[in-house]
Amino acid sequence: MATPPKSTIERVRATLARRNRAERRFKNLGRAAVLLGLVFLVLMFVNIISTGYPAFWQTYVKLPVYFDPQVVDPQGNRDRETLGSADYGALVKASVRSLFPEVEGRRDRRDVAKLASRGTVFQLRRMVLADPSLVGVRTEIWVPVDDDYDMLHKGNVDRTLPEADRRLSDRKIGWFDRLIAEGRIESRFNATFFQAGDSREPELAGIWGAAMGSFFMLVVTLSLSFPLGVATAVYLEEFAPRNRVTSLIEVNINNLAAVPSIVFGLLGLAVFINLFGLPRSAPLVGGLVLTLMTLPTIIIAGRAALTSVPPSIREAALGIGASKLQMIVHHVLPLAMPGMLTGTIIGMARALGETAPLLMIGMVAFVVDIPQSVTDAATALPVQIFLWLDSPERAFVERASAAIMVLLAFLIAMNALAIVLRRRFERRW
Amino acid sequence: MGSPSLILALLGLSSVSYYLGWRRSISLAQGAVRNLHSLPGYHGLYTALWAAVPALLLLCIGVTLKGPIVTSIVVSDLPAEVQSLPPERLNLVINDIRNLASGNIASRKSPAMVAAADRYVRLQGYAAIAVTVAVLVLGVFCGAIAWRTIQPGKRARNAVERTILGFLMASSTIAILTTVGIVLSVLFESLRFFQAVPVTDFIFGTEWSPQMAIRADQVGASGAFGAIPLFAGTLLISFIAMVVAVPVGLMSAIYLAEYARPRVRAVVKPLLEVLAGIPTVVYGFFAALTVAPFMRGMGESLGLDVASESAMAAGLVMGVMIIPFVSSLSDDVINAVPQAMRDGAYALGSTRSETIKKVVIPAALPGIVGGVLLAVSRAIGETMIVVMAAGLAANLTANPLKAVTTVTVQIVTLLTGDQEFDSPKTLAAFALGLVLFVVTLGLNVIALQVVRKYREQYE
Repeated sequence: MATPPKSTIERVRATLARRNRAERRFKNLGRAAVLLGLVFLVLMFVNIISTGYPAFWQTYVKLPVYFDPQVVDPQGNRDRETLGSADYGALVKASVRSLFPEVEGRRDRRDVAKLASRGTVFQLRRMVLADPSLVGVRTEIWVPVDDDYDMLHKGNVDRTLPEADRRLSDRKIGWFDRLIAEGRIESRFNATFFQAGDSREPELAGIWGAAMGSFFMLVVTLSLSFPLGVATAVYLEEFAPRNRVTSLIEVNINNLAAVPSIVFGLLGLAVFINLFGLPRSAPLVGGLVLTLMTLPTIIIAGRAALTSVPPSIREAALGIGASKLQMIVHHVLPLAMPGMLTGTIIGMARALGETAPLLMIGMVAFVVDIPQSVTDAATALPVQIFLWLDSPERAFVERASAAIMVLLAFLIAMNALAIVLRRRFERRW
Repeated sequence: MGSPSLILALLGLSSVSYYLGWRRSISLAQGAVRNLHSLPGYHGLYTALWAAVPALLLLCIGVTLKGPIVTSIVVSDLPAEVQSLPPERLNLVINDIRNLASGNIASRKSPAMVAAADRYVRLQGYAAIAVTVAVLVLGVFCGAIAWRTIQPGKRARNAVERTILGFLMASSTIAILTTVGIVLSVLFESLRFFQAVPVTDFIFGTEWSPQMAIRADQVGASGAFGAIPLFAGTLLISFIAMVVAVPVGLMSAIYLAEYARPRVRAVVKPLLEVLAGIPTVVYGFFAALTVAPFMRGMGESLGLDVASESAMAAGLVMGVMIIPFVSSLSDDVINAVPQAMRDGAYALGSTRSETIKKVVIPAALPGIVGGVLLAVSRAIGETMIVVMAAGLAANLTANPLKAVTTVTVQIVTLLTGDQEFDSPKTLAAFALGLVLFVVTLGLNVIALQVVRKYREQYE
């Protein structure tokens, strides 16, 4: 049986419900995509903050220390040389063992001494050198515990696991629990984390060295890329003739902005280190590489800022007899400066988070000392995160997340500054 | 005087010159600045530039030539039998002398070498003094001459502006120099690599194990440089990333451009762009520590064997990193589609989604394709996520649950740690870098071309 021909409106009505369903489906799909991105963002932040937050705290143990004159200063003349080279390790061992007089056997006695951080030795040495009258004194001091016990105290050691699968044996956990019961364990703010350089011991490791490395690098980058970027933008926008060379430069800049960062690292290794003989691992080389990387960003932002200055300003300046350069320096540049600064800050933020090219130029070295100049060996904050993640200790993972939090805080601050600059000084013509 | 303090001294000299030039021009003006061709400040700048620029150039030349000249003088005083050594042996001797001179331990020590080292130190001192004196004298001399030539009619402004224009032009060539530097540095090292390993072995070989034998009888040190597994691994991870990033990025761009209310858009768009601002090392951290173990656990509960450094984990996280990249590029092109085309579709009775699917997307397609190509080149060149979350073993597999390695991971592993610069192992990294550079450059050029073509269409 043939169906009678339908009118247009009937045909539309027949499919309308289906089409509206498709419409809703499509809209929800879009909503889901946006949500997915946001969920991931939240997930990442929650994950990092929850892993990293405990690193701002460090477990301390109260040790009864006796600065035994027999060990520290056998001659009794308080000579700095003797005081400096004394066997403070023996003091630490004696002090921890005095808390556990019942522990017998070579291995156990050795293990129990490792309860306090290895840095305790240096802490005692510093105390005695600062105040030699401590020799012969019996006192109680708070020292960081070893990272394994720190993890135990923060609840990162699963006590229900079989003993062989844990980093701490039942015996060690027993010692620690006894100290807690005696009130000798306390969580304190981890100031070391913000003051120290890298270390093999998580409880002694800090980000200050890496932060200084990043700082020196950014100083080099900023002092080179800002003048060069502004100069290039001004030349291309205001002076360059429209010819093949100019368009070659423009194409080049656009392409450099998309070259993988690791290739810039190869350039730095081959040219700055092998050809020019600059020192490896130095913030100077890192800064140079990052300069080349951020230049395209700054140039592109700078040109956009220059084009947004209306021609009437230029014509007015030229009309009352300014030279072209006077017109640019006195009138166009001040008006374009907020836009250029915004671009520069965003470029700097990207440079701060960049890791891959720094691996190429040897900034992955284990650097304990805080760098003092642009030619000292150094690492950068993101590289430090990478290095800590590679370490087997759980405590380093925690510190890596904390370092990420610090890094993200800097990045957010820089981007916020850029946004404020743009809001505050943006002018519509 | 070291170079930094010398530069500071030159800065001081040029500030003094500025002041002197300014004073002289004012006194020559006889009370009325209009008697001068250029403003007094330009006369000051003119004098300052003359005091600083030639001296700075001399400083650069001096610093570069100082080392080689001193070395050649020291070498010419060495005993004849040392001088007649082959160049590489002679270099060793020179290195030893330098080590002795800087107080380090040298591998060999002879009275002649100690004497040479002393001489080296002394000559270095002389050279430093000579450079300092020459630079300062030249600065004062040129500044004084410039100062003398100041006349009321002198065109100081034009001279200063020419110099500044020269500086502007010079800085705009840095972009070209960078590209040339990249090409030359990777090309030269790659050519040296291809002398040791044939190009065809590199591009078509299916086995990658760059450990070179140090001794001839070492086990497992074949040194195979077939890069196919690396290319395959890179493509696999990039493919996974694009499977995540393109649909999600595109759909969120469509939603934000076509559906979302302005207030929602104003909040959500910057939030999504935060994803683009997060350093890649953070993504790597997340991939290695959270996503990869999660994948592994999920695989176990499904009875699948998932490697702990699976391509899946790295690719997924990389995809999330690229979402804002795809979405902001697509957003731009979708907004560039003229409203009249949408209105036409609505007038014919289409629903919104039909308009988007049948009109907006086809019109914006070239731009979207260009954006996707740029995103692919980002994925291929991305380093930290894969270094931290993907494996090192070069498996030739299409299984996303297995561990694969990528070009960037291998560059990093070959070049970090101790390296000798002429072994094929390190040179291989540059060959991989060359491939990476050429591929990403090609993708960028095509993508930019496509985007530009598309823009012209609607302008």
